[in-house]
Amino acid sequence: MTGDLVFILLALLTIVPAVWVVFSPNIVHAGFALLFTLFGVAGLYAYMGADYIAVTQLMVYIGGVLVLVLFTVMMTRVPQGKRANYGLDRFVPAGVLSLAVFGLLYKTITSVDWGAGHTEPVPTVAEIGTNFMTNYIFPFEYVSLVLLVAMIGAAILIRENKNTQDEPENGESEVQS
Amino acid sequence: MNVGLPHFLTISAALFALGLFAVMSRRNAIGILMGVELMLNASNINFVAFSRYVQHGIDGQIMAAFVIVLAAAEAAVALAIVLAMFRNFGTVHADTVQSLKR
Repeated sequence: MTGDLVFILLALLTIVPAVWVVFSPNIVHAGFALLFTLFGVAGLYAYMGADYIAVTQLMVYIGGVLVLVLFTVMMTRVPQGKRANYGLDRFVPAGVLSLAVFGLLYKTITSVDWGAGHTEPVPTVAEIGTNFMTNYIFPFEYVSLVLLVAMIGAAILIRENKNTQDEPENGESEVQS
Repeated sequence: MNVGLPHFLTISAALFALGLFAVMSRRNAIGILMGVELMLNASNINFVAFSRYVQHGIDGQIMAAFVIVLAAAEAAVALAIVLAMFRNFGTVHADTVQSLKR
């Protein structure tokens, strides 16, 4: 009974701010609503006994991605009056497609027998660590390479404009000297 | 009520539909990115739920960890693109910008 109540609360904590993320005209409010959604998803992971994933969600998403998103939101604010961050003309096709996708997914979820059983959750951290170093060693190294490339790519993208402005000036000064 | 796999799948489907709506309706590029994050979280809930209730193993959780890592990389690159876009064009609206350079 208590477990059901916790589940309902976590589900509300996930879905209600997600609605706010989607519909809020203020992008800063959407960013802060995303905080609660990610927190609710971490709670759902913990409810399913996935303790490692729950903590990773808290650290990477809330500690990293969300801070990055909020920084970018606040660095790119322009006073634009009532010019909306979303287009009302797009609400109809977007709503139709989203509802269709949700209906299809819900119909699939309720009609298919997933063969779901019930087991007691077990601690997962040690097993995940062992798997990372044995069965999943290649994807593990590969994903670290992807992270490195993404980091370098992000740095180059940020610096690109400055470099293109600097290069002609340097060329001119070389010619003059 | 016995909380099981269909409940988590339903929450995941709702999150995915909301994310899809944000991706399609938002004009702000960062709003689109938030929608993508919602969709990635929905897929992650599915991974963990199937790993817990159907497979009784750890593989789904490992896949969820990879998804989280790739989402972080994607967010970093996408926000760098948004910042470059803002620096070059002074706007973050995805429908007014068609290239990264002027």
